[in-house]
Amino acid sequence: MSYLAVEDLSISFGGIRAVDDVSFDVEEGEVFAIIGPNGAGKTTLFNLVSGIYSPDGGSVRFAGRDITSLPAHRIAPLGLARTFQNIELFEHATVLQNLLIGRHVHRRSTALSHLLFLPAVRREELEHRRRVEDVIDLLELAHYREQRIANLPYGVRKVVEVGRALCLEPKLLLLDEPTSGLNPEESEDMGFWIEDINRDLGVTVVMVAHDMGLVSRVAGRVLALNEGRVIAEGSAAEVQKNPAVVDAYLGAD
Amino acid sequence: MRFLFKTHYNQDIDHLKHGGDRFWYGLLLVLAAAAPAALGTFYLGELNLVMIYAIAGVGLMLLVGYTGQVSLGHAAFLAIGAYTHSLLLGAGLPFLLSIVAAVLVSALVGAGVGWIALRMTGIYLAIATLAFAMLTEQTISRAEWLTGGFRGLAVPQASLFGMPLTQGWQHYYVTLTLLVVTLLAALNILRSSTGRAMVAIRDSEISAESVGINLAVYKTFAFALSAGITGLAGALFAHRLGYLSPDAFTFLISLQLLLMVVVGGVGSMRGVIYGALFIGFLPQLLAIARDTLPPQIAQAPGLEPGIFGLILVLVILFEPQGIFGRWLKIKSYFQLFPLYRRATHRRQKTYLRTERLR
Repeated sequence: MSYLAVEDLSISFGGIRAVDDVSFDVEEGEVFAIIGPNGAGKTTLFNLVSGIYSPDGGSVRFAGRDITSLPAHRIAPLGLARTFQNIELFEHATVLQNLLIGRHVHRRSTALSHLLFLPAVRREELEHRRRVEDVIDLLELAHYREQRIANLPYGVRKVVEVGRALCLEPKLLLLDEPTSGLNPEESEDMGFWIEDINRDLGVTVVMVAHDMGLVSRVAGRVLALNEGRVIAEGSAAEVQKNPAVVDAYLGAD
Repeated sequence: MRFLFKTHYNQDIDHLKHGGDRFWYGLLLVLAAAAPAALGTFYLGELNLVMIYAIAGVGLMLLVGYTGQVSLGHAAFLAIGAYTHSLLLGAGLPFLLSIVAAVLVSALVGAGVGWIALRMTGIYLAIATLAFAMLTEQTISRAEWLTGGFRGLAVPQASLFGMPLTQGWQHYYVTLTLLVVTLLAALNILRSSTGRAMVAIRDSEISAESVGINLAVYKTFAFALSAGITGLAGALFAHRLGYLSPDAFTFLISLQLLLMVVVGGVGSMRGVIYGALFIGFLPQLLAIARDTLPPQIAQAPGLEPGIFGLILVLVILFEPQGIFGRWLKIKSYFQLFPLYRRATHRRQKTYLRTERLR
């Protein structure tokens, strides 16, 4: 049984089948990339896996458990974290608060004890803070710790979002276009971080990407989608040469 | 400018961050405690009212400023708190128990309203809460067997620890203590994971869900908490009024509460206090203005709601962060002098967001 097993997943919006019978398997510990032209259904696929949408058909199994019909807030505690293509941070909060919100699934105390801020709550808060500081160190965010998201440049926001996902201490990380809108230097850093996260933290990574340089550098296997369907699967080099993929990107003939 | 040298994470958790904070808040508390000795009965009463408003404001701020759920119906929770407290006090329950019961009943009703309103946001939620307030007002006026309807309900004399609460200063100290307790509880919630979950829902529901926050639970909780605190203010408000009738809890009160939160500064607890001072002393200003205005304008019906609405619109247009935001700007002007630039506080543009999934 694969770590993440997607089988015959489908969803329609009106008359459009955005994701059409998509199946793929991700093994524990690998970096798996999903590519495809605009509108291929990559982000929709992510939304299905992370529980934002519920599919019309098919199933998603994660670590041996059926998560097809679970809502998003029940999937996150299982160890599945994600980022968003267009950045969905908590804009009026600081970087530190954003990362602490990422620790939500690890809370142990109840709202009643929060009202009184019992000593146990303080101990828990300190523990969360230490974990968050580890992420801040890893992603070099110390400089921005106290700043509000609304005042941060785009590139930093992208990194903060990865940081927030890491604060969940996930087993599987879904990255939706981690390098879109970044300059070459920032993209390169992001590539290194994805490698670090995968290798040093042992997190399985599934990412949607447009940047073929990044994909061939970090991804072990690549899945190509077009118009909601799988058109190729294999190593980055194989997929890039696949005629169906070339057609999808450049048009036939 | 103050530079804080931090050596422990506790410094970020503590309410009072440094010596300056401890000094000024300590001084404020001493002044508040000494106020009855210095102020006359009238101004003490007004200050008491301001603090009651502030308690209700803390409740509404948690909902509007921190969870992002607008309510135009908080007068209803004020009314529920006031009636519950008066009725139970009349039935012979001790003062403190009856207050606790008023908080719980209001919170329960608030949870119900929050649960029903789960799918609504923005203007629709505002209308739904407005409808709820109308419903409550009607219910109170029709349920004569319980509330006395428009004949009214006399608020019984309360006593605390065997001492009857008859004097203004006694009520003042009760309100002051409860305000401090409420503020501390609210700030405690905000520095823990529950408060962060509320802020998360305010800023991005889809992200909140994906980090494992159960929207239904936290929205309902925020409504219950907000309603409970407003109910507490209602219980104290009952003593201030002395005689309850449905027309003491009209839409105008709901609007005043919202005005307080917005004028004070959405998303800050200090804003609540500024807003409460503003709301508390606005009627006096209006009364003075009435004397100087020509009678055609001064006696016009609907003048007060009109002015409230106008202030709300002007604040949202020109100072969206309210009095608290203005204070931050003045403070940083002096801290950075002569380097302050207006652009420092300009709102940054939001990057394009296409995934508007609700």
